[in-house]
Amino acid sequence: MNEVGTRSRWWLYVLLTVALVLVITPFAWMVLGSFKTNAELRQIPPTWWPQNPTLDNFTQLFSRLSFGTYFSNSTIVAVVVTAGNLLFCSMVGYALAMLRFRGRKIIFALILGTLMIPGVVTFVPLFVLVANLGLVDTLPGLFLPFLVAPFGVFLMRQFVLGLPRDLVEAARIDGAGEFRIFFQVILPLLTPALATLGILTFLGSWNNFLWPLVVAQSNDTYTLPVALALYSTGQNEQQYGLLMAGATIVVLPVLVVFLIFQRRFIQGIATTGIK
Amino acid sequence: MSAVTGTRRGAPQTTREARRAGSSRPPGARREERAGWLLTLPFLLLFGVFTAWPVIQSVFFSVTDITNRDLRTPFQVNFVAFEQYAKAFADPVFRQAALNTAYFVLVGVPLTMTIALAAAIALNTGITRFRAVYRLGFYTPVITSIVAVAVVWRFLLHPDSGLVNTVLAWVGIDGPNWLGSTTWAMPSLIAMATWRNFGTAMIIFLAGLQAVPQQLHEAAAIDGANAWQRFRNVTVPVLRPTILFVSVTTAIGYLQFFEEPFVMTQGGPLNSTISASMYTYQQFSFGNYGYAAALSYLIFLVIAIVTALQFRFLSEKED
Repeated sequence: MNEVGTRSRWWLYVLLTVALVLVITPFAWMVLGSFKTNAELRQIPPTWWPQNPTLDNFTQLFSRLSFGTYFSNSTIVAVVVTAGNLLFCSMVGYALAMLRFRGRKIIFALILGTLMIPGVVTFVPLFVLVANLGLVDTLPGLFLPFLVAPFGVFLMRQFVLGLPRDLVEAARIDGAGEFRIFFQVILPLLTPALATLGILTFLGSWNNFLWPLVVAQSNDTYTLPVALALYSTGQNEQQYGLLMAGATIVVLPVLVVFLIFQRRFIQGIATTGIK
Repeated sequence: MSAVTGTRRGAPQTTREARRAGSSRPPGARREERAGWLLTLPFLLLFGVFTAWPVIQSVFFSVTDITNRDLRTPFQVNFVAFEQYAKAFADPVFRQAALNTAYFVLVGVPLTMTIALAAAIALNTGITRFRAVYRLGFYTPVITSIVAVAVVWRFLLHPDSGLVNTVLAWVGIDGPNWLGSTTWAMPSLIAMATWRNFGTAMIIFLAGLQAVPQQLHEAAAIDGANAWQRFRNVTVPVLRPTILFVSVTTAIGYLQFFEEPFVMTQGGPLNSTISASMYTYQQFSFGNYGYAAALSYLIFLVIAIVTALQFRFLSEKED
């Protein structure tokens, strides 16, 4: 395979670079557009670099529209959902991998069987349930259904299976209780798996759309994607500058986090095979 | 435990002791049993209430005439058997939505996988430098909100002030009104979905390519196989489980596509981009809960069938 000729290798570099530019262009266009005025965004032909860069779009998002609230809603929901998954899924993952108890096999089969159930199947009855709990249009209504996920349990179980059993036996001989063993011996060893699960869960929650669209029904509970989708299809359809700035607000935080943790991220995807 | 079962003489003794303690299992087992259940309980409660119960209930809803007026009394509704399903098959908009979804999946999945595999092979074997930069760049769209990038793509595809038609004009092509045309709207959505998603498949393919033994390639090359023959006969067979996995997960995702038409076209023009998920959501928002539940079950059924077929079709050739 290494006998790819020098000339064809240069062609490959050119091809890959063109592809890279194509892939990145929408982001550059978005960020540059967020500093343009509405009038400039309507110009034909379009400008690439902002002629009169302005922060007006961003100030309007946070003063006239409630993007501050949406941002904090998205953050709260994503943080709570991530914390819930890290705690509960690691507990179950450990129990399934290391402890012998009746029903263990049935629970694992249940988790495997529901790994692939799509959100579109459950959202109608889930809405009826959440409505009867009085949680429609509340933040708990947004995060409660997502505090645990079969995928998280599966991931943690696989990781715990790779740990030596002797660790637990030794801790028991030392007289440690079962919960102390989990929290003080096992949990610290799970850090790499917790990081992967944490990143994936946070992203999934931050970008989640269908459920927040169903449950959030007012300015106080909208998350960023819901607010942006409703603005972009409603009366603000023509507010190009605002929409570009809104998209930037949704994308930029995860982009920064991604670029910082990208190594762990990509390893996580490769090992788990799930986005 | 491993300590007691290790010696033959110790084993029956412990069993006897355990029996005396009122259990047929070794000591410590009860403690382990209790811990196992306590650690699993929070998950089981949340999972039972918010996933298992709704799954069961959606079957029930789909055979009733429940609407938003029955929100407080979801069990006092009329049983209508398969009427909702029959209605779905006769509903011209749902038929259109099903066809659109099939179009999106049948074109989108192979396109996404081809680009992802080409990128993975190029990065894995063709080049030596800047591999990490390309990989990072190609993966970036995956982490972004579909809603946000759909908003941006709407501007990119704008007939007059959009970047795409501006670039096409440089080479003398008069670009269409992409999202306003019944012909071009769906290909535009597919292009965006491919751009957004091929990074995941590429990363998984890159991991799978690590398993292709270098010696096999060298041996095939010595035997006179060209690059394409080596790809067909060395890389693809080793990669088959990875291809299966990627095709299943990509198809499951694409079968539910929703944000793209919701933000970019609102299902138009003339329902040419409305998806099965989007139509289900619309029926739900009109208050037709029973109908929406039946539609969502049909989507689920198709997902299950497609997954099973892919397993059958792609793993059979393995011998």
